[in-house]
Amino acid sequence: MKILVVDDEEDVKSLFEQKFRREIRGGQFEFSFAFSGEEALEYMQNHPSEVVMILSDINMPGMSGIELLKRIRTDHPSAPPQVMMITAYGDAANHDQAMQLGADDFLTKPVNFNELKEKLLLL
Amino acid sequence: MHFIVAFFLVQFAQQAMQHTDKLPKWANFFKYARYYVFMLLAVYYIAKQPDMFTWVWNVSLLGLLLVFYKEEDFQPIRSTAQSIVPFVGVSMLSDFLELVFPSFHKSYDDFFGMALLFAWIFCFVIWFYARKQQKALAQERRDRLRDEEIAREQKQSLEYLVAERTQELTQQKEELQKAIEELKATQNQLIQSEKMASLGELTAGIAHEIQNPLNFVNNFSEVSVELCQELDEEIDKTGIDDNDKDYIKGIISDLSQNQQKITHHGKRADSIVKGMLQHSRASSGEKEPVDVNALADEYMRLAYHGLRAKDKEFNAALTTDFDATIGTVKVLPQDLGRVFLNLFTNAFYAVAEKKRKLTEAGQLGDYKPEVKISTKKFDNKLYIRVSDNGTGMPEHVKAKIFQPFFTTKPTGQGTGLGLSMSYDIITNGHGGVLEVDTIDGEKTEFRITIPIA
Repeated sequence: MKILVVDDEEDVKSLFEQKFRREIRGGQFEFSFAFSGEEALEYMQNHPSEVVMILSDINMPGMSGIELLKRIRTDHPSAPPQVMMITAYGDAANHDQAMQLGADDFLTKPVNFNELKEKLLLL
Repeated sequence: MHFIVAFFLVQFAQQAMQHTDKLPKWANFFKYARYYVFMLLAVYYIAKQPDMFTWVWNVSLLGLLLVFYKEEDFQPIRSTAQSIVPFVGVSMLSDFLELVFPSFHKSYDDFFGMALLFAWIFCFVIWFYARKQQKALAQERRDRLRDEEIAREQKQSLEYLVAERTQELTQQKEELQKAIEELKATQNQLIQSEKMASLGELTAGIAHEIQNPLNFVNNFSEVSVELCQELDEEIDKTGIDDNDKDYIKGIISDLSQNQQKITHHGKRADSIVKGMLQHSRASSGEKEPVDVNALADEYMRLAYHGLRAKDKEFNAALTTDFDATIGTVKVLPQDLGRVFLNLFTNAFYAVAEKKRKLTEAGQLGDYKPEVKISTKKFDNKLYIRVSDNGTGMPEHVKAKIFQPFFTTKPTGQGTGLGLSMSYDIITNGHGGVLEVDTIDGEKTEFRITIPIA
């Protein structure tokens, strides 16, 4: 299962790689990383219909996670990937907006990796 | 003749003196002068009217005149008194001539008699005239007095008006001063709450900025612990010498412990950051009708048992004075609960600290820790007081207690956010007031005032 993680923090990459070391090794998950919304869209253009799941931060410089979500829902209506939003601002307004725009799930930072792992394994 | 002149002169002088303020001083003088005149008259008749007695009269009259001239007090009657000079002069001249040149006097007797009569009449004409003048003067004086009286009355009424106006102005001044003081107090309060608000925002901003790197610290340290575990497992699969294996495992164990320490302290920092974030979080949920007494009671017990769980020795008298008429009040129950929890936790901490200090000093005596809560509804306002007989606070501590991160508790025991958050909840969340009164070493009282819509 290919998962694209979108976050402006580059350390997210090594964190995910270490946290999901066993799953990656076992071939359950395959992670790709994009460090901005723009990069994420570009990646999706280059790898159409590969990404099953997108984990995106909301607060990013440039294109925000919400904008990215909007673009994904409009640009890729067919074979839509699952989108999970992750944010430090877990308030109701943010949550409602993301869900309204078609997010499949909503997580607040700090991410509980055990919970995330379970959710991902369910897919 | 002489008697009449003398009698009227005294009479006249006394009357004239009545218009001045010198009379009392001379009252006796006039009395004796009058006696003297009557005595002379009596002696004159008893002595069978001797001719030479006119000398006595004349000398007496001159003596009187001399007194009038000697004393400054008689200034106003001098000119009139002078009118007797011709009479006395003619009388003396006549007597003198009669004595020295009897024949000459005899031939001009009629002439002298006439002269004496004219002089005598002259006296009375002058006196009469002077009297009239005096009367006119008296009238004038009375008029003047009346004018003065009127003027004085006007002055008095003016003074009264002035006094009245002055009082009005003074009152206005005092009111203005009071208004200024109130304004200053309000300004201070505004500055204070503004400071708190901006500090709160700053706190929240900092918290957000810290949270992301802190998440990394926690996540990486956690994952590192897992990696160490994995490494530990993998080592067993290799064929390394047991001694080396144990050495390597020892290092891995230390690394793992270090990572656990990082996680532990990272979590600590995380809970502080969470507290800071709660600070800024716009009041959660809606206001709802709440039984404030029950809420306060619940959190009082919660705080008490929270402390008891940590310190079995601890105990304190819990006194409640609830106003049963309050019923339910629309508040933010969770937020207000947090305020209660903070205030009670602090109160219990204060009494526990005092007890500890007294015990250390061996002066416990009959100190009984007591924490009190009272509620009151009055004039559409809810008053809540939380007081304790604990350590109290010195002025410099009192000035800072509502500032974020200010704490007097030992490191790790307090975040310094409790009261700052409570302040925020009461002022911004409920539009109320949170005040504190304290006496260092004796007691502390927190007063919450919340307007009820």
